[in-house]
Amino acid sequence: MVPDRAPGRARSRVTSAIPNIGGANRWQLRTICSTVPTVHVPDGFIDGPTSVALGVVAAGGVGVALRRAGEELDERRVPLAGLTAAFVFAVQMVNFPVISGTSGHLLGGVLAAVLLGPWVGSLCVSVVITVQAVLFADGGLTALGINIVNMALVTALGGYLVFLLAKKVLPHTPGGVALASGIAASLGVVLASLAFSLEYAIGGSGGASATTVTASMVGVHVLIGIGEGVITGLTVSAVLASRPDLVWGARDLPAPVLEPSRTAA
Amino acid sequence: MTPRVRFGAFLAAGLAIVVLIAFLVSPSASSKPDGLERVAQDQGFSDEADDHALASSPTADYGVDGVDDDRMSTGLAGLIGVTVTFVLTGALFLAVRRRSGADGGDADHPARTSSPEGAAS
Repeated sequence: MVPDRAPGRARSRVTSAIPNIGGANRWQLRTICSTVPTVHVPDGFIDGPTSVALGVVAAGGVGVALRRAGEELDERRVPLAGLTAAFVFAVQMVNFPVISGTSGHLLGGVLAAVLLGPWVGSLCVSVVITVQAVLFADGGLTALGINIVNMALVTALGGYLVFLLAKKVLPHTPGGVALASGIAASLGVVLASLAFSLEYAIGGSGGASATTVTASMVGVHVLIGIGEGVITGLTVSAVLASRPDLVWGARDLPAPVLEPSRTAA
Repeated sequence: MTPRVRFGAFLAAGLAIVVLIAFLVSPSASSKPDGLERVAQDQGFSDEADDHALASSPTADYGVDGVDDDRMSTGLAGLIGVTVTFVLTGALFLAVRRRSGADGGDADHPARTSSPEGAAS
């Protein structure tokens, strides 16, 4: 069913002009017609029980994050978290082309975790995903738990672990931190695609082979991960260059390393 | 640690960048299906998607009802999105800070030079 709800918008005119061909639904039509395709898991991809289970996991994760977030917050980090969440929202809207007719967009979990700490970071992305689902009809309401687990918890918490590991083997310099962020962000996207694949294997609808879905999801998200890594690395570099003291993931760097200008002078 | 710009200036610059991306850049985003959509189409489960329960909201699909110009519609949706996200996130963490009673009194002593964990301890 295609609701004819926005006569003023070209996109909607197109979608409402197309009858319900062959069971094509709004999600598919949007895929064809939408100009901003930031798209999260819609209702219906994953069955009810699995969605409920993931909802419980998401609620548990967010609950733990809320309890732990206080440790990562000082007064400046409140507006900084708002800024980071708004940045993630904005950049998620900007889908970039990857290969042949496919795009990808930032998830932002590792970026938020490196800037703010994993708990605050995961909550920032959770807010973004909730705003997208409620205000912009992006990501199903019954799939909210799935989207929060995959894009906020798996990336910000799992990706942050990758960041810590990468930081151990890389030089203890701002460049090393930026590179570790980029690597972790890339892998974080792949982890998120694996999470969806697992959910699909458990409760996916449509009868596609779980193995094929996993292979395709990981394949395309390795490419999207490159974009995620570049955007994350560049953003962390920019913050390190202007306000190194605000980067949570760099707070253990020795002070002289963070002050090249002072040591050089 | 030597911050190179004042915190207020950093925030202002960051917000300006966010507004630019949300309003001016987002309308130029690639309209190709994203990774998940592509896999759903290729693997034949994209038609399992149900219509969104809030599909008729005035800002559904990152467009503002009643705004004819597509770029303007998307850009305005972006502005609404970043504003709501900024405010909600700020409110959430203000509440978290208040509840956890973390580093009380810090508000009276803006920690310009100390590190975050230093301020918290």
